[in-house]
Amino acid sequence: MALKREERVQKMLSNQDKIFQNLHGFEDAFLEGAKKRGSWSNTKEILSKSQNDVIDLVKSSQLRGRGGAGFSTGLKWSFMPKDTGKQHYLVVNADESEPGTCKDREIIRNDPHTLIEGCLIASYAIQATKCYIYIRGEYHHEYVQLEKAIAEAYDNNLIGKNACGSGYDFDLYVHRGAGAYICGEETALLESLEGKKGQPRLKPPFPAGAGLYGMPTTINNVESIAVVPTILRRGSDWFKSIGAENNTGTKVFCISGNVNNPCTVEEAMGIPLKELIEKHAGGVEGGWNNLKAIIPGGSSTPMLSKDVCETVLMNFDDLRSNGSGLGTAGVIVVNKNNDITQVIERFAHFYKHESCGQCTPCREGTGWMFRMMQKLVRGDISPEQLELLENVTKQIEGHTICALGDAAAWPIQGLIKNFKPELLKKYNQKRKAS
Amino acid sequence: MSEESLINIKINNKEIQVDKNLTVMQACEIVGEEIPRFCYHDKLSIAGNCRMCLVEIEKAPKLVSSCTMPLMDGMSIITNSDKVNAGRKGVMEFLLINHPLDCPICDQGGECDLQDQAMYYGFDRSRYQENKRAVDNKNMGPLVNTIMTRCIHCTRCVRFATEVAGVPELGMLGRGENAEITTYLEQSITSELSGNVIDLCPVGALTSKPYQFKARPWELKRTDSIDIFDAVGSNIRIDSRAQEILRVTPRANDLINEEWITDKVRFNYDGYYQQRIDQPYIRKNGTLEPVSWSDAIKSLKQKLKQSKPLSLIGDQVDVETGYAIKKFMKNFGDNNVECRTDNQAILQNNVESIRFNTPLTEIENADLIIIGGTNPRIEAPIINHKIFKAYNNFAEIFNIGENLELNYPTHQLGEDLSNLNSENLQKALKKSKTPLMIIGSGFLSHIQDVKTLKALFEFSYKNKIITEEKNNLNFLTPHASRIGNLLLENTTSNDCQPLNSINKKDFDIVLSFGSEVIANSEYENLFKIYLGHHGDEGAMKADIVLPTPLYTEKYGTFVNIEGRPQEAKKCHNPIGQAKEEWSILKELSNQLSLPYEIESFEDLRKELSKNYPELLFWNNVISVQKSNETSENNQFECCKPTYPISNFYMADVISKNSITMAKCVEEILSKPLLEKSA
Repeated sequence: MALKREERVQKMLSNQDKIFQNLHGFEDAFLEGAKKRGSWSNTKEILSKSQNDVIDLVKSSQLRGRGGAGFSTGLKWSFMPKDTGKQHYLVVNADESEPGTCKDREIIRNDPHTLIEGCLIASYAIQATKCYIYIRGEYHHEYVQLEKAIAEAYDNNLIGKNACGSGYDFDLYVHRGAGAYICGEETALLESLEGKKGQPRLKPPFPAGAGLYGMPTTINNVESIAVVPTILRRGSDWFKSIGAENNTGTKVFCISGNVNNPCTVEEAMGIPLKELIEKHAGGVEGGWNNLKAIIPGGSSTPMLSKDVCETVLMNFDDLRSNGSGLGTAGVIVVNKNNDITQVIERFAHFYKHESCGQCTPCREGTGWMFRMMQKLVRGDISPEQLELLENVTKQIEGHTICALGDAAAWPIQGLIKNFKPELLKKYNQKRKAS
Repeated sequence: MSEESLINIKINNKEIQVDKNLTVMQACEIVGEEIPRFCYHDKLSIAGNCRMCLVEIEKAPKLVSSCTMPLMDGMSIITNSDKVNAGRKGVMEFLLINHPLDCPICDQGGECDLQDQAMYYGFDRSRYQENKRAVDNKNMGPLVNTIMTRCIHCTRCVRFATEVAGVPELGMLGRGENAEITTYLEQSITSELSGNVIDLCPVGALTSKPYQFKARPWELKRTDSIDIFDAVGSNIRIDSRAQEILRVTPRANDLINEEWITDKVRFNYDGYYQQRIDQPYIRKNGTLEPVSWSDAIKSLKQKLKQSKPLSLIGDQVDVETGYAIKKFMKNFGDNNVECRTDNQAILQNNVESIRFNTPLTEIENADLIIIGGTNPRIEAPIINHKIFKAYNNFAEIFNIGENLELNYPTHQLGEDLSNLNSENLQKALKKSKTPLMIIGSGFLSHIQDVKTLKALFEFSYKNKIITEEKNNLNFLTPHASRIGNLLLENTTSNDCQPLNSINKKDFDIVLSFGSEVIANSEYENLFKIYLGHHGDEGAMKADIVLPTPLYTEKYGTFVNIEGRPQEAKKCHNPIGQAKEEWSILKELSNQLSLPYEIESFEDLRKELSKNYPELLFWNNVISVQKSNETSENNQFECCKPTYPISNFYMADVISKNSITMAKCVEEILSKPLLEKSA
């Protein structure tokens, strides 16, 4: 259902509506500073609500998962079985490896207590007494910050036995990854956490039924968990008032590439892409007219051409209706000074390198696509072969165990969709020259 | 199947009712829709990684892999739409882009899943114009040949090694395109079942080393036979061309060996043709000299006239031959045939005291297993696999005897049989619901007093190993001929130490039917006649040597440890001048004017089936009367085990003569243990 443009466009997020007040690290990241920013102020009161109430509140806030798929967080929690007598787990996915994305890093580095408090509340809601944070191995500084914050929380009895005096026992562990992108896929993450080779599991069974060590498990992104305490504190109506229906709340955007001022910034969901770049990132290098394309949600999402970028809103639904997706909101801007095919070729290399090798289409297809992309960069691809490349991406898409196959295919599909004439022009020029 | 477990589904718009616990692939097979697959295998866990079995499910946005998808009520499955075909063709193309085009020199050619399915889902030309991937071959020992460039990463071999063989020594290294299957430090797998990865491999990446470049499958004659190198009676298929056996593969039999066979029977066939006794020999002036059959029979006639012969039956003698021997020896009196050449103790007239009483399929359901005086890993690897299954079902395993190198942890109870009364075991037995005990010939051949055997029964009654419904007290012999010949009563009347208690002075001639014990010093003063197929210790010491065919060269019945008679069929004619035992005995009877009214093998079988009908009722376990052994005595004699087999690869005359087995000993057994080398 298309909304009118006026309805969709929101005004800029006011400062007091920002959840991550210390996203840029100008203040104290630790407990004292966090308490000043409101963290841990009434956690006990939140935990005195019933578990169903907490889930209902999150559901009614229409919070959608910030990890990429955009699934309703409250709904996900409600899938957890109740009172099974089994150990439930909450696993927080901090294996942020998506190229162009660095939102979780800022949260963990500069506002770790929002995450820790979120872990406690989310664990309470799904009856998990144990929570693991799987942090990307390369995030060493963030790991140190997080461990320090957790130690503080334990020392002040905010977590641990009888957390915050609520009577709820809660333990939090941090596990460091070893540098594989695929371990950011939720089931591969569980395998890795169990000490096995990081390869995605088959679904079904879903983690809510049989997850970590075969027990009911919920896996959430760092940002999804870290916004929960504020939602419960300020109410779901407040959260819903920001953004549009079904695309509510605030979102941390990471803007990189050919912009004057690459930055990570918290904004309202549904801010126009152009406004985001002009206002926060200082505009495209060489001016808006020098814009070639924008990849709106990390390397896995198809790119948007300039004319779409003029009007598109940065939320799940609007981006999807424009043939892309919000993903992790890692906005990568490419201007005309760059060869867009080279950008996608680099992505193709990344996916070839990070494919886990478990299932056939991705294992074999990512290498094939990368080699054809190399040819494409050199201008050695004929129209027939370009068709073949597109066909190969279609043969991978939807045929794999996890979404890495799709993620590898989409950028190339986006490239061909938006710049086909240009790609063919390159080939013709080269042929003429030789 | 109860009504509740049935659900209604539609497959290609055909409505059927199936069990809800099936997967989509299994349901499709029920209605006869064949689904292509590479990684899926009935006996292994589900991996779902080849993506060949994609099907469409109504309302699902993507194609799903049918091997991993559980059924749901009202599901509508489509297996033949254009979308499904396109998906499978895509997967096939991906499998082929990095697969070498070396089918003409690939041993898998003609029985290759990839080749077969490429006929349906492959394109007639390649769209792939880049360089193909090449992968270094891995050393997997003397049995398995690897051409890893052909690997399609289905991980069947990895799952087999981990789940069936119980040795997690295979795995996938690397990621994405660079993923490679390899063994730990490129050593051979230390499993007695490792050859099965050859059958599991859907392509030619893992092939048989001895069979390399020998034949194409369509040239081979297939003969159904039985593994006689242990007593489990695994079903095998012998592939031969003309007078030569080229390979041995398993036949699936869920009641016995499932789909696996041991490396010994799979690879020792080169030993069938080494060191064969090709014609009769007679010792003259201290050396064995070749003679004609008529000369041999003549001198045998002279020797046997008015003599007192003793017959010893070896470890690979079939039931028919056993019956012929019994019939022949009756002319010379009683108590003169012995098949228990390892001194196995039994209770006469009690079949439950000789066989493996638990059905092999039930072993995995035991929650406590006591292993005494046997090393199942080398005496019966198939049984060992089933114990491993039980271990994976959380069974506790206790071992009495030497500290064994098994592929699952055991509680060690000490060496003596009397450790059955130990406190730890008693505690565990009290908790156990389905305990199971396996007593091997390590103890049985040492037992001096029949009271000990009775005490074993008493112990089993007391600890619910034997109940009204089941008998889980099992006796394990590693010899294929044993049960059949014991059922024929080819044994002397002593319960314990049968061979040792025979007074050698009562006899002047010993006839050995493939038994090597005649090489022992106690037989020095007897005239020794050896009927066998391989020249080994027994033949070396014999005074007359007569060639007989191997089990592959005649028809024969073998009874496995459960008491299940099975037929081993003739694959090709005997080598050299070998004659079947029954016909030698007939000739001798004629010469000696003894009654022997058997004219042909059919006659022999007819008479056998008249006297022992159950032994020719193939594939059915013989009926066994419930024994009621009681004993006041719960004391076990002090008895330390000696294991019948110490070297898995060289336990009998055939495998001792196999070059492949010799290589195994060199490369696998002499391999330093991992802990030591680390």
